[in-house]
Amino acid sequence: MNVPIYNEVVAQGGQPEILFWVGCAGSYDARAQKISRAFAEILTRAGISFAILGEEEKCTGDPARRAGNEFLFQILALQNIETLNLYKVKKIVCTCPHCFNTLRNEYPALGGTYEVLHHSQFLEQLLNDGLIKIHDTSTAPVTYHDSCYLGRINGVYEAPREVIGHLKTEIRELKRSRKNGLCCGAGGAQMFKEDEPGHKRINIERAGEVVASGSNKVVANCPFCITMLEDGIKSLDKQQEIMVLDLTELILENCV
Amino acid sequence: MIQVLMFCLLSFGIFRIAWKGFSKVYFNIMLGRDEHVSGNKGKRIQQMLLFALGQKKMFERPVSGIFHFFIYAAFIFTQIELIEIISDGISGHHRIFAEPLGKFYNFLINFIEILSLLALAATLIFLSRRNIIRLLRFQKPELRGWPSMDANLILLGEILLIIAIFTMNSADQQLQILEPNHYPSTGRLYLSGLVTDHLNSFPKDYLVFMERAGWWIHVLVIYGFIIYLPYSKHLHIFLAFPNSYFSRIEPRGSMSNIPEIENEVRGMFGLATQEIISPRDSFGASDVTELSWRQLLEAYSCTECGRCTSVCPANLTGKKLSPRAVMMSIRDRAEELGEFRREHKDNNAQDGKNLFDYISREEIYACTSCNACVEACPVLINPLIPILEMRRSDILMNSKGPSDWLPMFNSLENNQSVWSMSEARDAWKNH
Ligand code: SF4
Ligand code: SF4
Repeated sequence: MNVPIYNEVVAQGGQPEILFWVGCAGSYDARAQKISRAFAEILTRAGISFAILGEEEKCTGDPARRAGNEFLFQILALQNIETLNLYKVKKIVCTCPHCFNTLRNEYPALGGTYEVLHHSQFLEQLLNDGLIKIHDTSTAPVTYHDSCYLGRINGVYEAPREVIGHLKTEIRELKRSRKNGLCCGAGGAQMFKEDEPGHKRINIERAGEVVASGSNKVVANCPFCITMLEDGIKSLDKQQEIMVLDLTELILENCV
Repeated sequence: MIQVLMFCLLSFGIFRIAWKGFSKVYFNIMLGRDEHVSGNKGKRIQQMLLFALGQKKMFERPVSGIFHFFIYAAFIFTQIELIEIISDGISGHHRIFAEPLGKFYNFLINFIEILSLLALAATLIFLSRRNIIRLLRFQKPELRGWPSMDANLILLGEILLIIAIFTMNSADQQLQILEPNHYPSTGRLYLSGLVTDHLNSFPKDYLVFMERAGWWIHVLVIYGFIIYLPYSKHLHIFLAFPNSYFSRIEPRGSMSNIPEIENEVRGMFGLATQEIISPRDSFGASDVTELSWRQLLEAYSCTECGRCTSVCPANLTGKKLSPRAVMMSIRDRAEELGEFRREHKDNNAQDGKNLFDYISREEIYACTSCNACVEACPVLINPLIPILEMRRSDILMNSKGPSDWLPMFNSLENNQSVWSMSEARDAWKNH
């Protein structure tokens, strides 16, 4: 598909309104790549002027910093800030809440201040502005999973629910939701290591709640949560019944 | 006269001991690194009023919230009685406020009695929660031994105090009838009055003894509490206030910057560096001296309630990490190092131990940085900061840490991505 690259647009004298920050998962993880394509598709359909950094985008440094490797974090963050400032980027939309958090809350201290949105917030705007429309056939109930980095850490609980609310469907809440939401187990760079000894994996605990919610679609807003939930649901042998979707995919599925 | 003398001597002794205990706590908190907290006074005061005074977060769990509130309210209002007791003790008067306050005094004491009864109910429920129902969050390994004893002791002290108040007030009312000149009228006290109704056959000496015993037990329990506080989790009754005032107001998702490292990297890239006023030569925290005084204040403010641990995903799934244990260990280590430095009269003395002797790597590396503990803490403690600071120390200073992370670190260094992939970063659009 055709996704504009920032430096190419700039070279032709353009200035994209939105930078779509894809992130490592969105760029390289096979499952998350689908989310990137779905989001780019929605942006295109809505007629938004956007671009990605492509090869100039580097990991935001979130996992390095949470793992304690500040040196590596600074290397990545300062390079990204150089790029973003060079292009005079004003507004960034992320499909990953970890990228969103770091860009929004950690880059300002290093000289990188932008308007940063998570894609759930941007989708909410697009739907409210009528730039994308949902067909009005009713669909089966969906369960929503709050990610820690969007929810508890950045206080964004309503935007994703508003987005789902545009569908003719019932939102099922998990036993632990909003500020009490249970982590999927991936944050703090856990994604990249084995668990410490325990009696259960965190994602299996969360997947159990998903199963208990009784719907066969669970919607998340983070590529790492999606991997974790899919694994958890597979461990419970429910992968035939329950589908894990990103918010973007749910919207694209139901777009007119 | 003898009583006045005894009381004054006792009070003097108690306050001396208490002063020593509290000074030690202050010394231990100040073992922490300097951190300048400035600005946003309005927001900080609001935070303190809402969370410390108003106990907002306690009500997230309504049952324990309400019962805790009874104890809290009874505690606050009994202070008025305490002021009277101390004034009486020093001046040799009896119920010095009764006459000047008149009807209002009657209202006040009745109010305190009602609160005390509610607090008694709460105390019994709290005791049974710990010892009979055995609520999960009170059965974790970090509470074994002294910490559960600490909790139970205070609850028992509370019961003793309430019994003393009722004994004192009920005997006093009977004495008011027998000797109105000596015992100023309090007006009818409805709760203790119920007991008084059964005391009319008691001899006067016996009533005087009851009244005095109640009074002295009251004094002794309170004084005991004051010297005991610096060694107990109950320090939170005071420290919750400064702690919520100084609690972090920066966004939860931002980790503190390390300007020395930022500068080094800026230098590498030929970018302008920033001036650092007091540069540090170690990063992260391997000991309490490398945590900020704010984190040590948090450790001393911890109520050991375990709300953090009860929502921690790592702990819920059987990992060793418990955010409460992290805070308790920080306090224990501060106690140890503080004692050592005072003994050696040297504010820089090292005892060869550090925080890693208290908090294991298995614990700090199990954290998902989910912030559930931060959200749960009723006194606005942030257990995640010390966890991440310990990771920083382990990785940056010791080059340790989980070996699983090495491929990620290498890949970030060489490919600027968490995974090493042969394809281009934007290849996804063509799949
Ligand atoms: S941030 Fe870490 S310690 Fe706190 S609840 Fe989450 S996993 Fe547990
Ligand atoms: S850190 Fe907070 S929530 Fe955890 S035990 Fe201490 S007071 Fe309770």
